[in-house]
Amino acid sequence: MTNLTDLTIASALAGLENKDFTATELTQAHITAIENARALNAFIVETPEIALKQAAAADARYANGTNLPMDGVPIGMKDLFCTNGVQTTAASHILEGFIPQYESTVSGKLWDAGCTMLGKLNLDEFAMGSANTTSYFGNVINPWKDDSGKDLAPGGSSGGSSAAIAARLCLAATGTDTGGSIRQPAAFTGICGIKPTYGRCSRWGVVAFASSLDQAGAMARTVEDCAIMLNTICGHDPKDSTSARRDVPDFTKALDGDLKGKKIGIPKEYRVEGMPEEIEKIWQQGMEWLKDQGAEIVDVSLPHTKYALPTYYIIAPAECSSNLARYDGIRYGLRETGDDLRDLYELSRAAGFGEEVQRRIMIGTYVLSAGFYDAYYIKAQKVRRLITEDFEKAFEQCDALLTPTSPSSAFALGENEDDPIKMYLNDVFTVPTSLAGLPGMSVPAGLDAKGLPLGLQIIGKAWDEETVLNVARGIEKAANFTSKPQILGLNKAA
Amino acid sequence: MSLTRDDVKKVAGLARLRMTDEQMDKLLPKMNNIVGFIEQLSEVDTDNVEPLANVARSTLPLRKDEITDGECREKVLFNAPESEEGFFGVPKVVE
Repeated sequence: MTNLTDLTIASALAGLENKDFTATELTQAHITAIENARALNAFIVETPEIALKQAAAADARYANGTNLPMDGVPIGMKDLFCTNGVQTTAASHILEGFIPQYESTVSGKLWDAGCTMLGKLNLDEFAMGSANTTSYFGNVINPWKDDSGKDLAPGGSSGGSSAAIAARLCLAATGTDTGGSIRQPAAFTGICGIKPTYGRCSRWGVVAFASSLDQAGAMARTVEDCAIMLNTICGHDPKDSTSARRDVPDFTKALDGDLKGKKIGIPKEYRVEGMPEEIEKIWQQGMEWLKDQGAEIVDVSLPHTKYALPTYYIIAPAECSSNLARYDGIRYGLRETGDDLRDLYELSRAAGFGEEVQRRIMIGTYVLSAGFYDAYYIKAQKVRRLITEDFEKAFEQCDALLTPTSPSSAFALGENEDDPIKMYLNDVFTVPTSLAGLPGMSVPAGLDAKGLPLGLQIIGKAWDEETVLNVARGIEKAANFTSKPQILGLNKAA
Repeated sequence: MSLTRDDVKKVAGLARLRMTDEQMDKLLPKMNNIVGFIEQLSEVDTDNVEPLANVARSTLPLRKDEITDGECREKVLFNAPESEEGFFGVPKVVE
């Protein structure tokens, strides 16, 4: 009997179509896997009843031949997407118990395409973090282990999504990426994750962190599965004025595997000081793989790379402080009792937001405050333009860029927690893409000496997810990454 | 440039975050660390560079100024910590 939790979306859809198994069986297998792997803390809320109801509806459609593009595919929903009638927290105490009365556009599209919702996935609080350690509902544990046996970080902020997919608790999951929150967790757990071009997916109903950077995307175990999911979640939405009025191609058609004559740029500034040799090695290996498939490797320069992180850590907190001003204890969320209105605001926000979120609100408020606005915020917006222009110039010479996704493999939980800057450095390779609003994807490329997965990142031109996916497919084919984490939903988790 | 304790207090007030003295003492070096990090940008020559506010690569679309939703008071108030007679409840602001 096929192991239902080890399928890809593509093979699951084929099996359902062929009546090899039912959507109910497929969903039930995942519900059991989730129960077996609760130790990972990947889900904030499990919704098996909803999933089984959706699965029954999918089975009825398969029976009469009216099945939908992703009918019966069990997925996890990052708890940043508002889901009608199901608690949505952004992993924050301030939203504990918040039950949206509407559905985010992206999650709605997935249900309309027939997906079944297994539950709401854990994340860093308000998607602010790179280790999933800032969640009010506890950290997520990476299903991968190294020899130390220590619990490792699944990456962040989409750490519940990455852990759940790697541990075979769902076939795919939504992620959101503001500075690397899809790509870095994908790399840490040996799965695929794509952040499409800014504007490809509607942000409507996604709890906002930094609106000029936030973008929803797809996380799954194969490049093809990411393409299938992108087909569903992309598209213009009148409710999000920044969502693009562009046609969405069939991304699965882009995976022809033909890289002949494709020019792949290698940005020299991504050879950062102190980068482990293994990261350099896997990067070289990636270049060789693409060359073997007929691609041409060209050296390019992105001269302002060094300034991407400091730029990001002005713009993202500034937008965060502004977005999170809405949590006032009046209309929704946690309310503490105060003597007057100001007291109520201050006490509610202090009780509701965690340490990292408060720190970012403070930095953001500071850089936007009178006297500092020009020196920090406007300055950062100017450097953001230079960073964006770097990419435009590089893309005059190549079709896509190849870089490591992250400067290390998964680190132990608790590491990097003492110094925020050290934690921020995790995103050194992913943040520039976000600032430029470009599509970026992480694809597993191999294991390091500790037996932990390493990812390679493909960055594309604006709106050219097709090339990104096709180059990623080339890496995936050559890497033939079949390793699995030590903790799987099939086994009882330790 | 580095922040002082008074700066932290002022910013916490602007951000409507109640902080104890102890919390502010703990936050001050971390904020200074981050501010030192972001100050690297002063090295970059940005003369004649226009600030980039968004990368949406499109102009903001206009639509007809018409009511497209509404009549959902119960939904709006559903998550309110306190509501009365169809309104949000707040502490008394006028004596």
